[in-house]
Amino acid sequence: MIGVELQKMVRSRRTWITILLINALPTLVGVLLALTDLGPRPGTGPAFLSAVLSDGTLFPLAAIAIVLPLFLPTAVAVVAGESIAGELQAGTLRYVLVRPVGRTRLLTAKLISVMAFVLLTVLVVAVSAFIVGSLLLGDQSASASVSGTTLTTEQIAVRTALALAYAVLSMLGVAAIALFLSTVVDSPLAAAMGALAVLIGSSLLLTLDAANSLSPFLPTRYWLSFIDLFRDPILWRNVVRGTGLQLAYVAVFLGAAWANFMTKDIND
Amino acid sequence: MIRTAGLTKRFGAITAVDSIDLDVREGDIYGFLGANGSGKSTTVRMLLGLAYATSGDISVLQRPMPKARADVLPMVGALVESPAAYSRLSGRANLSLFDSMHSTGSRRTRRPRIENALDRVGLGGVDSRPVKSYSLGMRQRLGLAGAILRTPQLLILDEPTNGLDPQGIREIRDLLLELRAQGTTVFLSSHLLAEVEQMSSRIGVLDQGRLVLQDDLATLTKPTGRTAIKTPDASEALRLLPGATATQGGLLVKTDDPSSINATLVRAGVRVEALGPERRTLEDVVLAATQISADSIPRS
Repeated sequence: MIGVELQKMVRSRRTWITILLINALPTLVGVLLALTDLGPRPGTGPAFLSAVLSDGTLFPLAAIAIVLPLFLPTAVAVVAGESIAGELQAGTLRYVLVRPVGRTRLLTAKLISVMAFVLLTVLVVAVSAFIVGSLLLGDQSASASVSGTTLTTEQIAVRTALALAYAVLSMLGVAAIALFLSTVVDSPLAAAMGALAVLIGSSLLLTLDAANSLSPFLPTRYWLSFIDLFRDPILWRNVVRGTGLQLAYVAVFLGAAWANFMTKDIND
Repeated sequence: MIRTAGLTKRFGAITAVDSIDLDVREGDIYGFLGANGSGKSTTVRMLLGLAYATSGDISVLQRPMPKARADVLPMVGALVESPAAYSRLSGRANLSLFDSMHSTGSRRTRRPRIENALDRVGLGGVDSRPVKSYSLGMRQRLGLAGAILRTPQLLILDEPTNGLDPQGIREIRDLLLELRAQGTTVFLSSHLLAEVEQMSSRIGVLDQGRLVLQDDLATLTKPTGRTAIKTPDASEALRLLPGATATQGGLLVKTDDPSSINATLVRAGVRVEALGPERRTLEDVVLAATQISADSIPRS
């Protein structure tokens, strides 16, 4: 079943259009930077963007930092929100279930397919940003870490890979929430919007000092912590917490999705 | 093949299916009749483990449902309410996808099985255009192809001829009879009396969630024991035959000996146009057993 879901995802035209659209923004930013040579001042604007004018190989990180707060989670919410509710609306869910495909298997396959979509998107964004970065932006190979010391190319490569993996992991929470909502409501749109509402709420609470005690539990709290991977030495604390938090969200919402879906009557 | 005991489904205060005891036997084409909204689809969904019963037991292929669904469903082909497919894919791609979700046959036989199923439902020559451009009849045929893809022991079909033209209905009827001849039991849910009457060997009638009738078709439509007489001289005949009741264009009389009645009438000079045993049609039987149409809401 996992194979079937992956096949459906990869063969769907919508997958590739979504990825193309997500990829458009960082590419545009890269081109603009190269044309105008006007980078944001260090410490302002999206992470790493001030550094890419001197070192274009950092642009994949900047690109991820650009799509991570809004574009990527929106796409994840739409794809995951569609997973069960979309099949219910199209009527295919009942035929999948009488095939039979077990309900647990179906949920697992859907989550894996969503995460594969995230991985694919992050890879496409990173690779095209790398191409844009190395062709158009600075080629100073020795880069400074966020802490000011110099990182070797090899260190940069390893840490970039880690950062990409962390970005993929960060989307687990949204995916699980949208998947849960997708088992609750009949409309894929409502499920996607619900998951987005959670994220917007979370981002808003993070800006509020009065909500400080909540912040370690908010799904968006550690999203940009992959920057810590570029400190010297690496500051693991938030990255580890972020990973743990995402896994906790998956456990809770996948569990809730499972409990709801197992007992649900399919009466579309 | 299918047995239920006290199968009940409630949605809040509404009882959609009320304690029904289905008995579908091997080799039957079981016609499951009922008006729209009488609970047919809910029952079908419960048989397939899509919806859960409020109470009661279900056994399909001698195994409890929905507990044994992983063992039972691979031997069951189903068409639930309307056909559905991934609309951007072609019919073949859809069948292939559904087959790969859970297959009883090997991957190597997938192609020939798909082509065979398409041939049987009359879609053998279909090209690679996506299902969203199919007509309702074509979708229905594709749904049937999906149901027979694994040569199931039991077919559960909900309104299978919906959207088909008269020729299409004829073809599907022939297909079902052919499948039955090959040993497939068919559970056919429909609100079309004529369709069921032409195919079924056994009938169950659902009315407002209750199974009001379940018997062999031959038993239901056997002669009633009364003789129907068609005559233009009805009043004369009524006088001659005590106990007879007048009907439109004739009369009905209870007798063991129709020929002596004929003799009586002819001797008295009553003109007889036709005389024969009264048979009830399935429609009479069903209408007698059921109440008002479920989708009409009369003033009270």
